[in-house]
Amino acid sequence: MAGVFTRIGDWVNERAPGLMPMYRKHMTEYYAPKNFNLWYYFGSLALLVLVNQIVTGIFLTMNYKTSAAEAFNSVEYIMRDVEWGWLIRYMHSTGASLFFVVVFLHMFRGLMYGSYQKPRELVWLLGMLIFLVLMAEAFMGYVLPWGNMSFWGAKVIISLFGTVPVIGGTLVEWIMGDYLPADATLNRFFALHVIALPIVLLLLVVLHLAALHEVGSNNPDGVDVKHGPKGSRWGADKPADGIPFHPYYTVKDLVGVGFFLIIAAFIIFFAPTFGGWFLEHDNFLPANNLVTPSHIKPSWYFTPFYAILRMIPSFFSTAFWGVLGMFGAIALLFLLPWIDAGKVRSIRYRGTGYKIALMAFAASFIGLALVGAGVVGEKLVEWVPSDATFWENAFGRVMTLIYFGYFVFLWFYTRLGWEKTKPVPERVVFDHD
Amino acid sequence: MTKRLFPMKRILSSFALAAGLLVGATQVVAAEEGGLPPAGVNIRDQASLQRGAKLFFNYCVGCHSLKYVRYSRMAEDLGLTEDEVMKNLNFTGAKFGDPVVSHMPEDAAQQFFGKAPPDLSLEVRAKEEGPDWVFAYLNSFYVDPTRPVGWNNTVFPNASMPFPLWELQGVQTAVKKEGGDEVEKLELSQPGKLTPAQYQQAARDLTNFLTYASEPAALQRQRYGIWVLLFLAGFTFLAYLLKKEYWKDVH
Repeated sequence: MAGVFTRIGDWVNERAPGLMPMYRKHMTEYYAPKNFNLWYYFGSLALLVLVNQIVTGIFLTMNYKTSAAEAFNSVEYIMRDVEWGWLIRYMHSTGASLFFVVVFLHMFRGLMYGSYQKPRELVWLLGMLIFLVLMAEAFMGYVLPWGNMSFWGAKVIISLFGTVPVIGGTLVEWIMGDYLPADATLNRFFALHVIALPIVLLLLVVLHLAALHEVGSNNPDGVDVKHGPKGSRWGADKPADGIPFHPYYTVKDLVGVGFFLIIAAFIIFFAPTFGGWFLEHDNFLPANNLVTPSHIKPSWYFTPFYAILRMIPSFFSTAFWGVLGMFGAIALLFLLPWIDAGKVRSIRYRGTGYKIALMAFAASFIGLALVGAGVVGEKLVEWVPSDATFWENAFGRVMTLIYFGYFVFLWFYTRLGWEKTKPVPERVVFDHD
Repeated sequence: MTKRLFPMKRILSSFALAAGLLVGATQVVAAEEGGLPPAGVNIRDQASLQRGAKLFFNYCVGCHSLKYVRYSRMAEDLGLTEDEVMKNLNFTGAKFGDPVVSHMPEDAAQQFFGKAPPDLSLEVRAKEEGPDWVFAYLNSFYVDPTRPVGWNNTVFPNASMPFPLWELQGVQTAVKKEGGDEVEKLELSQPGKLTPAQYQQAARDLTNFLTYASEPAALQRQRYGIWVLLFLAGFTFLAYLLKKEYWKDVH
């Protein structure tokens, strides 16, 4: 029997001689640093969630009806009448939220260990593009169940484009194809959500990985393994601190996958709405343009950026500044490789100022998320009923300043010689457990 | 150096504030959940679901539909036979595989109540407080001659719904706060067929049935969930052993 498989393998290799070299280049002979820690699980987990979203998404489209009149009913049909439909839907909705959890942690890892620095700028840029497309993908997917929060969320977010000077109003109508989010909006969002954006996303992921494998992976020490000492049992010319991605990291990532799936399964089977954070209460009511939900807020993963939008006041009778601030918050992340002129990558060997700034940045992100979700406002109404709005704005604006301040600080900190770095070791630090 | 530490102090204090708010946030959630008395529903209590279904089909279905619930699926999940459902619960002549649709014509309802009675299939899931809200709502009707249908509700003020369960609970009257229009508490001014304790149980059963109706799949997911988690725990353990074995030679 083995002969049959060998013969099939030979047959394919003769006709596609590049296949095995490619497999070796990216798997068995891709030498990754051996000192990856917990933070290095989230890349492969993001890939896992992407596959989950595509597979469950295909099955959802088999029963979903793309029409304002039927969309809501068809989702309940999936939840109740389609065999295992509830599982597929919860896997998709939980996957969407966990996608952002994983991606945020993956990005934070990049900040901590300077993975965006030279020579990995392109890897970072492609990753940021993935993040941008992912946000568009998630927003449009959120509209599809056509619940009341889908409708009002879409209305609020699309209205942001109305603040663009001169063409704003026309732009909003052009995006919606109507004067309100309506059947036309739902249909075009469906097309973008299930075809256009996933194709772009997949292409970007392939490029992200290809760009990474050109320059080699960073690691918690920020040491360039590829250009470090050579010589390992895989060859005298192979990096001394590198190990083949397959099988070492494939089996290690499998452990990460196991832990991740335990968390995901717990949510899917025992708390699929996650207390109203993953599936909101108001989205169990059908879309209704006459009934406004008491708190219109975007899904939790948009709340930090939404808070920046809300916290930046209007000037010259336009709210466009908030929209600029929101997009600017993302644009600055794109520019990070050129803002940070530091020569040391890993937080382990960077200056104290950098460590504190990064922690403040992370805290401001969480603080903004709480503001955007309305949690800060609700709490302040309890504490200081008469001045709740004042204190919410004060807190939110300080958080916004810290967020933007991080980039300003980093610019000067790394250019004016303020950073006192520690010596970076020549080889990675590795404790065998 | 000391100069640079100043803004850091502020940064650190906002860090502390953020942490405080995070703790506060969980308390907000807890406070909201604690705002209403717990309904104490359990969708795995089949007897309670059956009693709740009986109440729903005797008192509610005249006006309210459960358009996403089919009689056949309900029979299966509640442990009832087709005969029992068709004889005791289906009063509209619908087929066994049909959804539960009220016979109340929408325009007539609009005329009677000023608002068409909502479909209740997702009522529990659409409320932030979930079953606690429905349970409290069913306990909070009182006579109010100023309202068009003669009833008002403390949980949902100026609800347009009359209170058909009054013959079970009895009639409640509002005791107003001194010098105000705010309701302080409700008093049972005329007893119903059930004692207060019995009515509590009836309201709980009805809430339980509506909780089931809002997500019948909850029965399945909780049943399968535990096995999935056990499998994944085993899988992760094996993956860990595999990793350990492979990584033995990495130094």
